[in-house]
Amino acid sequence: MLGKLSLDAIPLHEPIIMGTGVVVVIGGFAVLALITYFRQWGYLWSEWITSVDHKKIGVMYFGLGLVMLLRGFADAIMMRTQQAMAANDAAGYLPPHHYDQIFTAHGVIMIFFVATPFLLGLMNVVVPLQIGARDVAYPFLNSLGFWLSAVGAALVMVSMWVGDFAAVGWVAYPPLSELGYSPTVGVDYYIWSLQVSGIGTTLAGINFIVTILRMRAPSMNVMKMPVFVWTSLITNILIVGIFPVLTATLAMLTVDRYFDMHFFTNELGGNAMMYINLIWIWGHPEVYVLVLPAFGVFSEVIATFSGKPLFGYNSMVYATCSIGVLSFLVWLHHFFTMGSGANVNAFFGIMTTIISIPTGVKLFNWLFTMYRGRIRFHSATLWTIGFMVTFAVGGMSGVLLAVPGADFVLHNSLFLVAHFHNVIIGGTVYGMLAGMNFWFPKVFGFKLNEFWGKVSFWCWLVGYWLAFTPLYILGFKGMTRRMNHYDMPDWQPYLLIALVGAVIIGAGILAILIQLRVSIRDREKNRDLTGDPWNARSLEWSTASPAPFYNFAHIPHITSLEQHWEDKELGRAWRPASRYEDIHMPKNTSAGFVIAVFSFILCFALVWHMWAIAAIGLLGMVGTFIARTYDRNTDYYVPAAEVARIERERHALLAKASYP
Amino acid sequence: MNISFSPISLAANESSAAVHHEHDDGSKTVLGFWIYLMSDCLIFASLFATFGVLADSVAGGPSGKELFDLPYVAVETLLLLGSSFTFGLAALNVQAGNRDKVIGWLAVTFVLGAAFIAMEVHEFAHLIAEGAGPNRSAFLSAYFTLVGTHGLHVTAGLLWLAVMMHQTLRFGLDDVVQCRLACLSLFWHFLDLVWICVFTFVYLQGGF
Repeated sequence: MLGKLSLDAIPLHEPIIMGTGVVVVIGGFAVLALITYFRQWGYLWSEWITSVDHKKIGVMYFGLGLVMLLRGFADAIMMRTQQAMAANDAAGYLPPHHYDQIFTAHGVIMIFFVATPFLLGLMNVVVPLQIGARDVAYPFLNSLGFWLSAVGAALVMVSMWVGDFAAVGWVAYPPLSELGYSPTVGVDYYIWSLQVSGIGTTLAGINFIVTILRMRAPSMNVMKMPVFVWTSLITNILIVGIFPVLTATLAMLTVDRYFDMHFFTNELGGNAMMYINLIWIWGHPEVYVLVLPAFGVFSEVIATFSGKPLFGYNSMVYATCSIGVLSFLVWLHHFFTMGSGANVNAFFGIMTTIISIPTGVKLFNWLFTMYRGRIRFHSATLWTIGFMVTFAVGGMSGVLLAVPGADFVLHNSLFLVAHFHNVIIGGTVYGMLAGMNFWFPKVFGFKLNEFWGKVSFWCWLVGYWLAFTPLYILGFKGMTRRMNHYDMPDWQPYLLIALVGAVIIGAGILAILIQLRVSIRDREKNRDLTGDPWNARSLEWSTASPAPFYNFAHIPHITSLEQHWEDKELGRAWRPASRYEDIHMPKNTSAGFVIAVFSFILCFALVWHMWAIAAIGLLGMVGTFIARTYDRNTDYYVPAAEVARIERERHALLAKASYP
Repeated sequence: MNISFSPISLAANESSAAVHHEHDDGSKTVLGFWIYLMSDCLIFASLFATFGVLADSVAGGPSGKELFDLPYVAVETLLLLGSSFTFGLAALNVQAGNRDKVIGWLAVTFVLGAAFIAMEVHEFAHLIAEGAGPNRSAFLSAYFTLVGTHGLHVTAGLLWLAVMMHQTLRFGLDDVVQCRLACLSLFWHFLDLVWICVFTFVYLQGGF
């Protein structure tokens, strides 16, 4: 019945893990008790858990990302501490098996459960508003996708205390990840958490493609879509193009482990390099999935805070599209050392170099947008400028790594680690945080505290450079990645500096939490009465803040790329309508949440080989889904009078505001 | 085929645009389902690519030439192709609005699909009994996984067929049921197409 699961699975002998466990359990109980005490269960259930409102789902995605950022950062600081200590005779404080789990969990969490929820969260909040839609194409699948992602994150967290996590690196190369070398359940947790969240991500991808293609406001042709919508579209096309490959690849690893098959094993004809090819056919476009939405955010932010239209809109669109195509032609640069020969390596090296060209086009576009602009140094602007400086360096170290000869020297060294943190922190993380500062008022109706926003920015910027510049140098010195211990005394000073940098990044994360707390406390002072706090340019700023659940009382008619700006220029913005109509909206549903709960049961049971319980989980998922298809009552009408009442309140607020 | 592609026209005035936003004519669902099918196609593409790489990795074990019984597989293929034809007849009756005939042809489709699955399970059991199970060699791992994934899809399709027969009975051929039948029909024909690739690249190429 319980398969491989027994009390031995709980690592009672590991004080660090159990200590964290105690804190999490106490904290968790405290949260549950507080929710009960304040009688908020009903509110949580009806307003959040069962919500199909894209803005609320976006907020939940972002919240998931923030929580997992804390976990991923805890892993990071533990690694940095270990490496700062473990030189020569000192062994550090983390035993190798635990250390290996930490670097695996760090990578998995940061990519799948921080960056991905952040960008899906932003897309959820922003895309429908920017295209003048009232929701996404499939609201129920949107809710389901979010909860499946949350289940993936929960599985990774559970693995810490029940069993162990994979200790094989974040892409789980075989044959190390095969049963022979990783006999514990760690890799199984890895597989099922990625499979379940991967399904969620694929659903989101399909949803957004259809939303963007089919739900734009009338007359918004594709060349009138804001750049963030464009980058979201390409991102989601990439998602739908690559996540199935990840699913298939992990499925093959799964049957190797569960049914003794031989796809990637050393014996009986298995071919581990096939896995490595497949995982990077997913993995390389994935890095563009991570960074393209950030490019979109920067485009919106920099145009708004420079007070100018975005420079080179067309080239921005073409650059985004060509990045989307080229991203499929570079995967082999992750393993030039495979030995595929000079010609193959040369092709992929050249393609990798070429992909930096459209990225360079974008960088110049942002710079020319700022040129002679009336720049306001809002924290979102700071993130954007910090990104341009940081990302440019990361891009250049990437081009350096694209030279196969150089890559043979730097492969799997800390130079590589520094490079991808340079582009992912400098690109994705800065972009998502810029987006959070930029669009927060649209969701919550008040602005974030600027002081703490700027503190957070400077901590992240300084911390990033202190933490990762030494890693570039150590890479040249020959230090490989994922080392638990080293006996090169001259490496230690660099790793101490890197630890200091990580601590400063930690201060940056703390500043974000303080920023949220302070902003909520001072929310009355920072109310956004107009719905357009930054004097911005695109459609989402024409509606109220917080945006009403139906987004727009009337679907806007599009005449310009910068619709809201043009409306303001022509004096058409914010005019109350003479009459309102009933609005058709989707009803909340608990089906997404219920299916996700069953998926947790299924995945957890599969990890531990509890077949009967797994069957219950699967039947529950399928049964709930089928039951949902029998529900014919999935939407409703908001009466025109109700719309009129909400809009009257909104216009009363507008009248109170001094601006416009 | 009951697959409508009527594009949403870009309405010039606000109110008719709002109507388009509110009342999905099913084309959004069908478009999304097409995109899903393409993503599923990529799962099969990965499995085919892996099969191609591992096809000769028999590790001293039996090869396809020794294992495959082509006449048997030809019968399987005919069953599946036949089920696509009967689904086509069901779809024609959807357009004619003939509910009972729709259910009847869906039932025939179900029987043919179930017979296909039964034959496949029998084939697998036979191979495993012969000592040519998926754990024998990389080639057999790739074979069982590729063909088995298709089989799992057909099984899911059977479940879907059963649900749709019941929904057609219960709700009649209303917009929602028609839209779902259109998606299921796409799914079923897609699986047929995948099977033709399986038949060609796995059985014909490996069996001769």
